[in-house]
Amino acid sequence: MIETMPKCWNQKTKPHFFCPGCGHAIILKQLGFVIDDLKLEQEVKFFIDIGCSLLAWNFYNFDTVQTHHGRTTPTAVGYKMAKPKKVVIGYMGDGGGYAIGLQSVLHAAFRNDPVTIILVNNENYAMTGGQMAPTTMPNEITTTTPTGKEVKFGPGMHGPELIRNIASDKAYIARTSMSAPEAVKIAIKKAIKTQIENNAFSFLEILSICPTNWKTDAEGSFERLKMAESYYHIGEIPPQKSSQK
Amino acid sequence: MQKNVQKLYSGNEVIVLAAIEAGAEAMFGYPITPSSEILQGWIESASSNRNLQFLQTEDETSAGFATIGSILGGKKAFTATAGPGHVLMQDPLSMAENLRIPFVAIVMQRGGPSTGTVNYSQQEVNLAAFGGNGDGLRVVYSASSIDELYSLTIKTFNTAWRYKFPSILLGDGYLAKMKTKFSPSKSIRPIKSTEMLEGKKNPTYLRNCFSSEEEFGAELDKNIADWNRLRSQIAESEVYKINDASEIIIAHGLVAQASKEAVEIMRNNRRKIGLFKPITLNPIDSRTLNKVSSGKKKIYIVESSRNQLSHIIKYELDKFCGEIVEISKPAQGFTAKEIVNKIEKD
Repeated sequence: MIETMPKCWNQKTKPHFFCPGCGHAIILKQLGFVIDDLKLEQEVKFFIDIGCSLLAWNFYNFDTVQTHHGRTTPTAVGYKMAKPKKVVIGYMGDGGGYAIGLQSVLHAAFRNDPVTIILVNNENYAMTGGQMAPTTMPNEITTTTPTGKEVKFGPGMHGPELIRNIASDKAYIARTSMSAPEAVKIAIKKAIKTQIENNAFSFLEILSICPTNWKTDAEGSFERLKMAESYYHIGEIPPQKSSQK
Repeated sequence: MQKNVQKLYSGNEVIVLAAIEAGAEAMFGYPITPSSEILQGWIESASSNRNLQFLQTEDETSAGFATIGSILGGKKAFTATAGPGHVLMQDPLSMAENLRIPFVAIVMQRGGPSTGTVNYSQQEVNLAAFGGNGDGLRVVYSASSIDELYSLTIKTFNTAWRYKFPSILLGDGYLAKMKTKFSPSKSIRPIKSTEMLEGKKNPTYLRNCFSSEEEFGAELDKNIADWNRLRSQIAESEVYKINDASEIIIAHGLVAQASKEAVEIMRNNRRKIGLFKPITLNPIDSRTLNKVSSGKKKIYIVESSRNQLSHIIKYELDKFCGEIVEISKPAQGFTAKEIVNKIEKD
């Protein structure tokens, strides 16, 4: 029988509060299946950021802490130090992870803190009304780049590649896309297993859609996602051969 | 150690001893003068005590949020900071205030605004008591000696864990760095820390973001009701030579120490003056304040900031009919003689 809903979902809070067609719901479903598969419901502690990810505060049947914008990573790191046997997952958007909270993500990677960070990249600040994010691609129109994102604001930020430069070789760093839910599931599983089995940092960026702010229908959302998939590299970002970290 | 040689302790060293005595298990911090030796001292203690955890974080906000994470995991964790670091610390303090997390911050005040000086001030009173985007449901203690740094550090931990309001101990650069003889006072039994994420049958959801005014308002009302109920239990003060006094000095922290000496000098000059020293700046011991100020001719509020204490005192004073004189020297210290001169000129 094909499971339609993860067992660890809090069914009382479904249907969820994300916008219709939002990528978060599909990603959170895959995360739920991984938690079910690995039988981690009692072990996982879920830390979420501010931004659209905050809507996941009662999404699952496991302990969930909503933190401040960009502060998910240090909160998760502090918790993991106190409870090293728990499986600690930080969940955030591209603003939380690559702008206001980048410093903390980088340092967690640098120290090889054994936590898993899942970052959903929808290329804009969605909760606040579709402003430019570090990941907004060149020429894209947002509410703060009304004539298109200019070169002077930087290209689209390649977060996993940046993090790889300072992360331990033991860390798992990857990017995937919600257009392939099965691949998302495999990548999440690998990220969580890296925490459990290697006691190492793991970071997964998941390219996503935002029909509300990009003003796209179903077809348009996935066409846009295809563009993002060709702009950003999909797959694991392996350690550089010369590195000895 | 040689016989007859006595070790001298700095305020920062004493805080580490007190934190351990209070049952602290983890510290997260970012170095900033004049509080850095608390982190250094803690790490030194951790080198011989495997139960003590620490992390030197990438900034003060991370130090504060990692402290919160550790507390959620059941550890008695704390942080220490100063000045601009205290500004950044308002981010985690706000979350602790919202979620009733027993957060402890030791703040060694330095001159401000901005980077100011690394030495001394009493300018972080407003920030400690009313910083963040809330209504100031935080307990703020002010220490006026190294002995008090010890006893109040322990008390700050106990208050935070007993009442679940973030609790801050204010010291300053002079107290942090000066060295003196010290022997620990009788210890207070530490309060046990418990996990906030228990992972039992019903999941714990901790959120600080609400979608309706009414829903959030109900949460705030509950916290404010707790604060109003508990404030008289928390509030503390000390009075000195107040009974026959016709005038009172009100001062906290190191300025209270100088003021006590000033009272002695003026008493020798036959001036009937006493001292009210708030030990908690938030909440203020308003019952004692109003009792001792009743019928007095004059109140002198002396502080190393531009009237931050004075604003709190004036709000709490009920039916005081005498004159209030504000003596303030932002980011500069007072000697007892200076206080005497200012009052006698008045």
